[in-house]
Amino acid sequence: MAEDEKVNIAGIVTDVGNTKMKKTGSWRTEIPTVNMDICTGCGICKQFCPDGCIVIENKKCIIDYDYCKGCLICENVCPFKSITSKREDK
Amino acid sequence: MTLNVLEGSMAVAESVRLCNPDVIAFYPITPQTHIAQEIATLIADGKLKCQHIEVESEFSALSAVIGSSAAGSRSYTATSSQGLALMHEVLFAAAGMRLPIVMNVVNRALSAPINIWNDYQDSVSERDTGWIQLYAETNQEAVDLTIKAFRIAEDKRVLLPIMVCMDGFFLSHTMEPVDIPKSIGNFIPKYKPTHAYLDSKRPMSQGTFAYPKPYNTLRHELSKTIDKSNIVIREVNEEFSKKFKRSSGNGLIDTYKNDRKISIITMGSLAGNLRYVVNKRDDCGLLRIVSFRPFPKCDIIDALKDKETVIIFEKDISLGTSGGSLFEEIRSALYSLDKKPKIIGVVCGIGGVDVKTDDIEKIIESADTMDNGKIVWLS
Amino acid sequence: MDDKSLLAPGYSTCAGCGPAIAIRTLLEATGEDIVICNATGCIEVTTSQYPMTSWKVPWIHVTFENAAAVASGVKEALIAQGNDKTAVIALGGDGGMLDIGFQAVSGLWERGQDVLVICYDNEAYMNTGIQRSGSTPWRASTTTTPSGLVSKGKIQWKKDVPAIAVAHNLPYVATASIAFPADLKMKIRKALSIKGPKYVHIHAPCPVGWYFESSKTVDVAKLAVESKMWSLFEIIDGEKTLTHKPKGVPVKDYLRAQKRFKHLTDEDIDEYQKRVDASFDKEFKK
Repeated sequence: MAEDEKVNIAGIVTDVGNTKMKKTGSWRTEIPTVNMDICTGCGICKQFCPDGCIVIENKKCIIDYDYCKGCLICENVCPFKSITSKREDK
Repeated sequence: MTLNVLEGSMAVAESVRLCNPDVIAFYPITPQTHIAQEIATLIADGKLKCQHIEVESEFSALSAVIGSSAAGSRSYTATSSQGLALMHEVLFAAAGMRLPIVMNVVNRALSAPINIWNDYQDSVSERDTGWIQLYAETNQEAVDLTIKAFRIAEDKRVLLPIMVCMDGFFLSHTMEPVDIPKSIGNFIPKYKPTHAYLDSKRPMSQGTFAYPKPYNTLRHELSKTIDKSNIVIREVNEEFSKKFKRSSGNGLIDTYKNDRKISIITMGSLAGNLRYVVNKRDDCGLLRIVSFRPFPKCDIIDALKDKETVIIFEKDISLGTSGGSLFEEIRSALYSLDKKPKIIGVVCGIGGVDVKTDDIEKIIESADTMDNGKIVWLS
Repeated sequence: MDDKSLLAPGYSTCAGCGPAIAIRTLLEATGEDIVICNATGCIEVTTSQYPMTSWKVPWIHVTFENAAAVASGVKEALIAQGNDKTAVIALGGDGGMLDIGFQAVSGLWERGQDVLVICYDNEAYMNTGIQRSGSTPWRASTTTTPSGLVSKGKIQWKKDVPAIAVAHNLPYVATASIAFPADLKMKIRKALSIKGPKYVHIHAPCPVGWYFESSKTVDVAKLAVESKMWSLFEIIDGEKTLTHKPKGVPVKDYLRAQKRFKHLTDEDIDEYQKRVDASFDKEFKK
């Protein structure tokens, strides 16, 4: 018989924000890439990214592929067409 | 000790005042109303300082005190019957979230047909929700159990919600001499939760989603915790009795003239009638169940092991089993005995009908001729 | 990743989730001194899977229909603890807040407690599989109001909850959209600056339930606003003001962008346009 694993009382989680250990990037079938020559770092993609995977550093958009689920909203909202996508082979 | 002649509901309201809850929420329902009104009056007169949420349903009453308890404040509510049934879903949540809420249940029958009088179908139906359930025989005991309930619920070994059950009308609307302690001193220390609070400096997530494995473990932990709460219930009962010179038996069960061959068993105020019968006769003693949850199996076995006959008088029905839950559970507890007493179940007082001492005696007298396991419905 | 966000990544919302955008934008405006009381639903179940949580702010979930009642209790507990600073937010989808949980919301509003009620509206019960809600728009096909040989989808018009909120004499009621984040954040900040009960209703498209490509979530949300299917306004002490004047793009552009309306004929869409125009004019052309 299996033993009970250790659990926190009432299923309470105090290690807040620990879902960052779950790399949802593995879900992705399409991958967006940023053309740094065109990107102005305007941050519109960051504003609309549902998964919080975009940061703006040195006026450029950086996508964190650990979490990017490949929805391609960023590609779609970019006013400068600096983001393009292609099928991702894994 | 000063005795005052008080209505049960007023007495309970006074005991709640002594326990200093931070947040209370009520939805009025007969026969709980006098408790809600009296506590509202205590607040209106500045005698009780707490946040009072005038909710729009019993479902919200319990949900609100789940919120306040989860935020780390001592929380209290009270209800009856349909109101308790409406809370059903959140009863499980309160226990699973390990929130030490205290709730007086003023017992009343359930619809249909609609009926406002006393029986225990309401609280007994909620026996599997993870709440501790204590039943009062008298108004004094309703006061004492309410005070003890806060202490038990908030004990770090327990952290479970408690229902303190008292009979609708028979207790809630009846005047009896009651001692309300002037102060309970430090019997109930300030509630400082270390497991559940909602503080933006120490964020936590409460009420998470759990996959089968952790869910299973959490329910197992809950089951073990309520089982073990009997230790704390006993301790608190003992400490209370040292301080206030009153007790509820050993905290779990109460016996009276238990050296006789027949044991008559019940919960709540009906024990008064049974005591009268015990005093009149020389063949039977009383076993009163104070704690229905946790179910004091060992104490019951110990109290009944030498009996020839046990007769359970209960004001609840587990529809589809012909009898009541207490009967089934006591019968199951006695299964481990080599020499098992004859057991008879009596469903009585349903919908508030009087349970007459003459009828109780008739059943005791005819027990000899009844088959083992017989269930009698007393109308 | 965005480490400053109060919602850590790794949660399991679908790709292109509108409600996820709503919550992220909301949290940009609230700051961290808040308590979130979350109804059961997509956001709750995807962000709090034991032993993990995405929420870096205090968060509690109890059941589907009691987020507002739980928030009532949390608020009073904080007051009892001498804390009248921390903002308490009752949060849920259209099912949890506008249908099954609406009684608790109405009770909270009537009591006048200082709690912000937020609905992220994706216009159906998405967590259980796209069943219709009171907030599902007219003629949308859902799994419980499927279009068919004799059915054109949901029979009823969308429930007007902001109007019901106003009927509770709320000091602040606003609608918002994930496509207009500055407007949304302004409304959340304004709501939190007002003492008392307040309501912000956020339109948040669901690519899975509305049947459009995950990349189009913001486009669809924008079309809803520009076609007058969803209006952005605030109501302060009963005074209603549009915060964005819609361009008046044809309703057809919005409806044809999603497959939940694909059964509608051009005549049906003409009828739809008339109802939308009449409804908008009644509200805003006075």
